[in-house]
Amino acid sequence: MEILNWMAKFGTYAVMAGILIFALGVVTLRNLFHCALCLAAALIGTAVIYVVLQAEYLAAIQILLYVGAVVTLIIFAIMLTEHLAETTIRQNNSQSPLAIAGLLGFVALLTALILKTPWPITQTALKAKVSVMGLGKALMGAYAFPFEVISIILIAALIGTVVIAKKDDPEERS
Amino acid sequence: MIRSIEFYIDMIFVTAKVWILDLLSRFLPDWMVVFASIVISSVVILCLGPVIMMYLTLLERKLIGRIQNRYGPNRVGKWGLLQPIADGIKMFTKEDIVPANADKIVHLLAPIVIVVPALMVFLVVPFGERMTAVNLNIGLLYFIAVSSVTVLPIFMGSWASRNKYSLLGGMRTAAQMISYEIPMTLAVVPAIMMSQSLSTNTIVLAQVGDYDLHWFIFTPWGIVGFIVFFLCATAECNRPPFDLPEAESELVAGFHTEYSGMKFALFYMAEYMNTFTLCGIAATLFLGGWQGPFLPSWLWFFGKTFVLICVMIWFRGTFPRFRVDHLMGFAWKFLLPLTLVNILLTALWQFTSDLEAWFWSILVLGISLWILVKLNRTFVPEKRKYLLVD
Repeated sequence: MEILNWMAKFGTYAVMAGILIFALGVVTLRNLFHCALCLAAALIGTAVIYVVLQAEYLAAIQILLYVGAVVTLIIFAIMLTEHLAETTIRQNNSQSPLAIAGLLGFVALLTALILKTPWPITQTALKAKVSVMGLGKALMGAYAFPFEVISIILIAALIGTVVIAKKDDPEERS
Repeated sequence: MIRSIEFYIDMIFVTAKVWILDLLSRFLPDWMVVFASIVISSVVILCLGPVIMMYLTLLERKLIGRIQNRYGPNRVGKWGLLQPIADGIKMFTKEDIVPANADKIVHLLAPIVIVVPALMVFLVVPFGERMTAVNLNIGLLYFIAVSSVTVLPIFMGSWASRNKYSLLGGMRTAAQMISYEIPMTLAVVPAIMMSQSLSTNTIVLAQVGDYDLHWFIFTPWGIVGFIVFFLCATAECNRPPFDLPEAESELVAGFHTEYSGMKFALFYMAEYMNTFTLCGIAATLFLGGWQGPFLPSWLWFFGKTFVLICVMIWFRGTFPRFRVDHLMGFAWKFLLPLTLVNILLTALWQFTSDLEAWFWSILVLGISLWILVKLNRTFVPEKRKYLLVD
């Protein structure tokens, strides 16, 4: 059975590499629609990592919301824009070395931060399993107020969308 | 201990799998037996899916033929039973035409990617008493999440074809599918509430009762939930009367206009496999899954799914198509509020006793349906008055 563990590890690292390659594809590909598809693939890869880490509920919600809704929205936005069938011209300017240096500095800072934080890895935390019932009780009990605030934000967003998308009333007919 | 013969017939597939694994464990190492277990389930599903799809197409053509007062295909083999094989050979040998300006990689990937969620849903469908391929404890959520991925390859197919009709058809199909996903998800919530679990097997077990009267369909919220789920399932499979995006008289063939041969066969296969799994899930959630008195459990499951598929085919032969604004209006303005009222009815059912619960449920349902029908009046423009000059 050792070989199964080894294969699972290899598979997990392969998926992680896949996520990084697709994420690279999102920012470097020339055709915008291909970038959106790479984003979908990277998000599905993230859901696979969630399954490996035994958070299946979160993986299902990730696929349902991100791939099913957010990427759909991005693709709708891409499709409603004209002239995107041709490949875009690669942008070159003289600021890219500076940007790359800044980016590497940021990555170094983040890595140092992640490695130095005392993550609470206790036995109870490792054995914890997300149960849907626990989530429901938490949402209705301890976190009822943030739940209501989120629904108010959603209603505000919906009403705002309808107001923006509504056609203006025609002027008074003479 | 020797059980009755019905028990053995019921467990015939499970016993077969255990027997094969036992045989393999004699001369294979442990980890390979685990793999073999996964491979056996996968191979069964990969063979079952396309075979079901093939004979579903034959069934549809025969039933539609009979509704239209003619025989369906009956030349190829007795009763047309070899017709799907002839269709398969035809699809394989057709020329694969790719438009010159098309995006070749995405054009190739779209039919491949659309089959994957259609096959993955087979994993959580409870075919029989212990015959769910993977007994996930979030089974239903997995089903909903994986079904929602189906929208992506439709966009891919319509965009890669570089065709105005494809693009328009693809956007309409995608809009229809995401609109009907929401009432579908909400219609499933009462079944989850009453069985306290997301696992499909547990939902079937929650409907065990005396003489099968505890099926969820025999409750007020069950009837409404089943009807809403069934209509949304018909819309999700792009079947008539919701098939505006792929109707010949409207948009040539919608998002699969530019696909021929095997690629079209893959789109077709995905649609029929979706039909089968959605009817299977509807039977599981509301009609009691694999329960039934005398016959083995898998036979009951297939029977119920078959009846629901025949109803879908009946819809196809009978109803005219929805217009696109009616299609969207139906989902957002009628089905969505109805599912919210349905959740309320479920809560009512939980807290009151039987007869009183029926009375209150019918009252609340009647009032809400009346309000919804009044609010959903179709828009009739007022007639213009033309003054004729004498």
